[in-house]
Amino acid sequence: MNFEDNPEQAEYRTRVRAWIENNAPDMSGLSPDERRAWHPAHRAVAREWQAAKADAGYACISWPEDWGGAGGSAIEATIFLQEEQRAGLQFMYFSTGLQMLLPAIMEHNRDDLSRSLVPAAVRGDTIWCQLFSEPSSGSDSAGVRCVATRDGDPGSGSGTGDWVINGQKVWNSGAFHADYGMVITRTDPDLPKHKGMSAFWLDMKTPGVEVRPIRMMSGDNELNEVFLTDVRIPASQMVGSEGDGWKVILTTLSNERAVVGSGTGLNWRDVVALAREVPDFDGSVMEDPAFREWLADYYVGSEAIRLLSYRTLTALSRGEAPDGGGAKVLWANQTQEMTSQVLDFLDRYGLIEDPAIAPANGAFQHRFLWAPGLRLGGGSDEIMKNIIAERILGLPGDIRVDKGVPFREIPHGR
Amino acid sequence: MDFDYSDDQRALKDEARRFLADVSPLSVARGVLDDPAGGLDQALWSRIGEQGWCGAAIPEAYGGFEFGYVELCALAEELGRAVAPVPFASSVYLFAEALLLAGSEEQKSSLLPEIATGSLIGTVALSEGPGVLASERVATSFAGGKLTGTKLPVIDGMAAGRAVVLAQGGDGVQLVLADLSGEGVTREPVSTVDPTRGAAQITFSGAPAEPLGEGGDGLAQLSRIQDRAAILIAFEQLGGADRCLEMARDYALERYAFGRQIGSYQAIKHKLADVFVRNEVARANAYCGAWALSSDDAELPLAAAAARVSACTAYWQASKENIQTHGGIGFTWEADCHFFYRRARHLGLVIGSQREWKRQLAGCLDAKLAGEEAERLRA
Repeated sequence: MNFEDNPEQAEYRTRVRAWIENNAPDMSGLSPDERRAWHPAHRAVAREWQAAKADAGYACISWPEDWGGAGGSAIEATIFLQEEQRAGLQFMYFSTGLQMLLPAIMEHNRDDLSRSLVPAAVRGDTIWCQLFSEPSSGSDSAGVRCVATRDGDPGSGSGTGDWVINGQKVWNSGAFHADYGMVITRTDPDLPKHKGMSAFWLDMKTPGVEVRPIRMMSGDNELNEVFLTDVRIPASQMVGSEGDGWKVILTTLSNERAVVGSGTGLNWRDVVALAREVPDFDGSVMEDPAFREWLADYYVGSEAIRLLSYRTLTALSRGEAPDGGGAKVLWANQTQEMTSQVLDFLDRYGLIEDPAIAPANGAFQHRFLWAPGLRLGGGSDEIMKNIIAERILGLPGDIRVDKGVPFREIPHGR
Repeated sequence: MDFDYSDDQRALKDEARRFLADVSPLSVARGVLDDPAGGLDQALWSRIGEQGWCGAAIPEAYGGFEFGYVELCALAEELGRAVAPVPFASSVYLFAEALLLAGSEEQKSSLLPEIATGSLIGTVALSEGPGVLASERVATSFAGGKLTGTKLPVIDGMAAGRAVVLAQGGDGVQLVLADLSGEGVTREPVSTVDPTRGAAQITFSGAPAEPLGEGGDGLAQLSRIQDRAAILIAFEQLGGADRCLEMARDYALERYAFGRQIGSYQAIKHKLADVFVRNEVARANAYCGAWALSSDDAELPLAAAAARVSACTAYWQASKENIQTHGGIGFTWEADCHFFYRRARHLGLVIGSQREWKRQLAGCLDAKLAGEEAERLRA
C-alpha cells in the first residue's frame, strides 16, 4: 500500500519530467481567450507540443514502435500523462483519434491507405472526430439510422463496390475542425439492431459531408451536427467487417469513459483559494462552518477520483484488469455541484461571468454552464449507472422491446 | 505505485473472512442483540484473541505480533463485514493506540502484552453529555492520583478492565489511565442504538488512576489517537457497507414484483449504483488512510478525516438503502438488515460525528494549501 514509484518508474518519471520542463511550450503570451479550447492559438500550441512529443517518442508511449509508438507500458503512458498535467499541459484535441478511433483501425485494417493515417495523427497533424450519436440515437447508441448501402459488387461485374452513406449525426465534438472521422452506419436493417451496423473511417472533406456547429448553453460551439448526403467511400475504409459496428462502438466508448472520467480541471485548491478571499458573515467564506462541511464532502469525492486512478495503475502494473466504474458519474456530478457552490458563496457577485471581472477569469461560471454536458457526454449518468448495476453488480438488464426484432420493425418516434 | 493490498495481505484477509464466516455468523451478533447483558460474545472474543489479531499492530517488544497496520486494516474490514459483537475497536484501535502513542514505557510493558492476546480489554472514557467533546464539557477531575466524575457512554465499558479517561488535571484536560475493576469505580450498562456493542455509564469516586505517559494536552493527544482509530474504523465501515450492497444486490435478484426481478428496475439499479459509487469513494480514501497509517505520514490527519467522512457517508447510505431494497421484511427484527443500520450509526459516532471530522478536514486543507503556497514562494 504505497504511492511510490518502483525504481524503474521513478527513473522514468525523472526523465520525462526533465524532458517536459525543457520542451514545454511557452503559453505565457496567450490571452485568457486564447487559452480556451479550440481557439486557433491554443490549437497551434497543442499541435506544436504533440509534434515535439512525437519526435521524442512520447506521443503514443504504449503503442508498438511499428505504429509510431515507443513500445512502452501503460504505466509509463500514465506517468507521462501525470507529468503533463503537473506541468499544466492538458490538450484534448488528439485523444479522440489516438485513444479511441485509431486503435480500432489499427486492429482491423491492414491496407496501406488506412495505415498511412496513423503517423500524421500521432504528430498532431490531423484531428479526428467520432460520428456515432444521432438525433434519435443518443443513450441508445445501437439505434443508428444513418444508412450505408453498397453500390453493387465489382466481383460480379456490377457497380463500384463503394459504400454510399446517408443520414445525420450529432454531438460530434470537434467535428468542425476535424480532418477525419469514424462513422457508424446501418448496413442491414433486416437484422436485429446490434447486428446490422458497420463502421467506416472517412475524410471530413469528402463530398456530401456538411458540418454545422451547435451553440451550446455555455456559448461554446465545439459540438456539431454532421449531415451526410450521398457520401461515397471505398469499401477499404470499412473498419473491421460488415456487421462489426457494435463491437467498434463498445471498444471506443469504453476508452472514452476512461478519458472523460480521469477528472481534470478546477479542483479543491482553486475553491479554497477563492473561499479565503471572499468575505462572509464573519471573516471569510473559508471560515463558515456550512461551507467547511460542504468542502469536506467535495474533497473526499474528488480525492477518490484521483486515488481510483492509482488503483487502476496498480491493477495494470500487476497485469490485472482495472475494475473502474463510477469515476465518470462521480466527477461530472461533483463538478456541477462545486461550481454551483462557488457561485453561491460569491453571492450576488457570483452572477458575473465576464472573464475581465469575475474571479478566476470566470472559470467557475463557465464550468457551471458546461456542467450539464459533463453529465450527458460519454455516457449519461443514467447509462453509467445501468453499466455499474449490470456489469459490476450483476443485476439483470432492462426488459427490452427491441430485442431480436429486425431493426426496421422497431418502434421509433418522429 | 502499489495502491492495493499485497498478495500476502489479500491471503490474510481471505483467511480472516473464512474464519469469521465460521465463528461469527450473524446468529452470533443476534445472540448479543437478544441478550445484551454482557455487550459482547465472550466465546467469539476468545477465538479472535487466539488468532493474535488484537496484537496485529503491537510491536513484538510489547508482546504483540507486529503483522503491520495494513494487515490490521484488512482484519478490520472483515470484522466490520461480520458486524462482530466484540470490543476489538475499543481495545485495539483506541486503547492500544493510546498507549503506543502516549503511554510510558512501564504502562506499555505491563498492559500491551495482555491487550495483544485479548485477555485484557481496554477502552476510552471521554463523553459526559450531549454535544461535541470540548474541554469545558469535561467535569471529571483528576487530582492527587484520584479520579472523580461520570463518563457516559463508555463503549465496551462493562467488558473493559482498563480505560483511558479524559479528565481535568492540574493544567487543563489530560488523559489518565484507570483500572475499571479497582476500587471507587461503579458501572452499569446503558442501552444504545447498537446493542451488539455494549456500553456503560461509569462513575469514578476517587478511583486511583495515573497520568497516561507524561501527561500533556489531553485533547491534542486524543486527536492523534483518534486519527489512527478513524482509519481502522473506516475499514470496519467499508466492510459493512460492502456487505450491505451485496445483501441488497442478492435480494434484488431473488425478489420478484410485477412479474420480474426487482433488480431489473432502474429505480433499484440506480440506487444500488449510487451505493456502489459511495463505497468506492470510501474505499479509495480508506486505502489512502492505510498508507498514511503504515508510513506514519505527515498528512495522516487529512487522510484520517477523509477516510472517516467518506466511510461514515458510505455505510449510512448502504445500510439504509439495504433496508429500503428489502422492503417490509428488511424492517423486521428477524431480518439481518438492522445489524448494519445500527452498526453504521454506532461507528459513525463512536469517535465523534462527521461534523467534527469535516471541520478537521477543512482545517487540514486550509493548512495544506498555505504550506504549498509558502513552498512556492520560497522556490
